[in-house]
Amino acid sequence: MPAETASHTDPTLWLLAVRDHRDRAAFLMLFEHFAPRLKAMLMRGGLRDGSAEDVVQDVMLVVWHKAAQFDPHRADASAWIYRIARNRRIDLARRKPLPEPDALAEPEGSEPDAAHVLALGQEAALLRRALDAISPDQARVLEQAYFEDLPHSRISEMSGLPLGTIKSRIRLGLDRLRRHLNDLRQP
Amino acid sequence: MTAITHHLSDALLDGYVTGCLAQPFAVVAAAHLSLCDACRARAETADMLGGAMLDRIAPADVSQGGRDRMMAALDLAPPPPQPIAASGIFPAPVMQALGGRPPKWRMLGGGIRQVILSADVDGSLRLLYIPPGRAVPEHSHGGLELTLVLQGSFADSEGRFGPGDLEIADDDVDHQPTAGVEGPCICLAATDAPLRFRAMIPRLLQPLFRI
Ligand SMILES: [Zn+2]
Repeated sequence: MPAETASHTDPTLWLLAVRDHRDRAAFLMLFEHFAPRLKAMLMRGGLRDGSAEDVVQDVMLVVWHKAAQFDPHRADASAWIYRIARNRRIDLARRKPLPEPDALAEPEGSEPDAAHVLALGQEAALLRRALDAISPDQARVLEQAYFEDLPHSRISEMSGLPLGTIKSRIRLGLDRLRRHLNDLRQP
Repeated sequence: MTAITHHLSDALLDGYVTGCLAQPFAVVAAAHLSLCDACRARAETADMLGGAMLDRIAPADVSQGGRDRMMAALDLAPPPPQPIAASGIFPAPVMQALGGRPPKWRMLGGGIRQVILSADVDGSLRLLYIPPGRAVPEHSHGGLELTLVLQGSFADSEGRFGPGDLEIADDDVDHQPTAGVEGPCICLAATDAPLRFRAMIPRLLQPLFRI
């Protein structure tokens, strides 16, 4: 893919432009891409329309202020922003904020490893393709795990299943995913 | 330095990333994630799937004013203050629980020292200092106990635990950790119930010592 095309389609490149150049146009593209998805995710997690939009604003403001911590070797923009939104949602439901691990920093003066970043992007693309191939049932389990499970969640009440069953279904879903990924990777 | 061999279980990692762990356990999990690349990678791999799911979700309509409000906020809102950072052997989540100050050790007897970081309905979190070769009194506990080694090592019936290693003890484990002889062992311990020591301190006095 030519670099120019990539720069117009890849949220990770927008996020890097925000990180490295405080690029407002790139931030706006991130907002246009993620705000409607974050809002949908937060509403799945039980927030109402108005408060979901407020939380989206909070989350995207964290993206703007903490962009320096984004490391494309370890996450793509979607994963990094997903975690920020998830933690924000968790903090709204907890009495004390969720303690977070140390921020990791690349050693001073180290060059980005373009090959590694590219490989991570390819893995992510494989993951997305694997997601396309799972059954609607498995997709529902994953959506519940990633958008809805919250502290003191009513997950077992809602589904009428004991928590252990849900958990094992999640694991099954992930395991299937992984195996599907492996199949895709076979030469 | 030896590699970390005792990790977060799937259930604990899952509980941490979904925000379901009680605060003392969440601090221990975050501290382990600070020290352990393997578990950090597990958590971040799970985030990659979360990100992929986020890209697939059916988008919701965002109100017209949202975009203008967002761009205006970039200049209005001051950047958040830097969180308290790691210091010495203490990862950031531990320094935060310490309020950014070095630990104020209290003597427990037998050369063992502790700092209680929190003790409330969520359970308790404390730092323990065990002199080289010394054993912590045998104890059992009503629930789950997580112990993360920050310095030195200890050994008990479950094995040897070095820096970064996490011991997960259910209520059926009766253990008597003994610090390694190479130096003092400092660990971070979280429980969801008060510890009941078998010896050294009579149970009646435990509320006084808050252990
Ligand atoms: Zn680990």
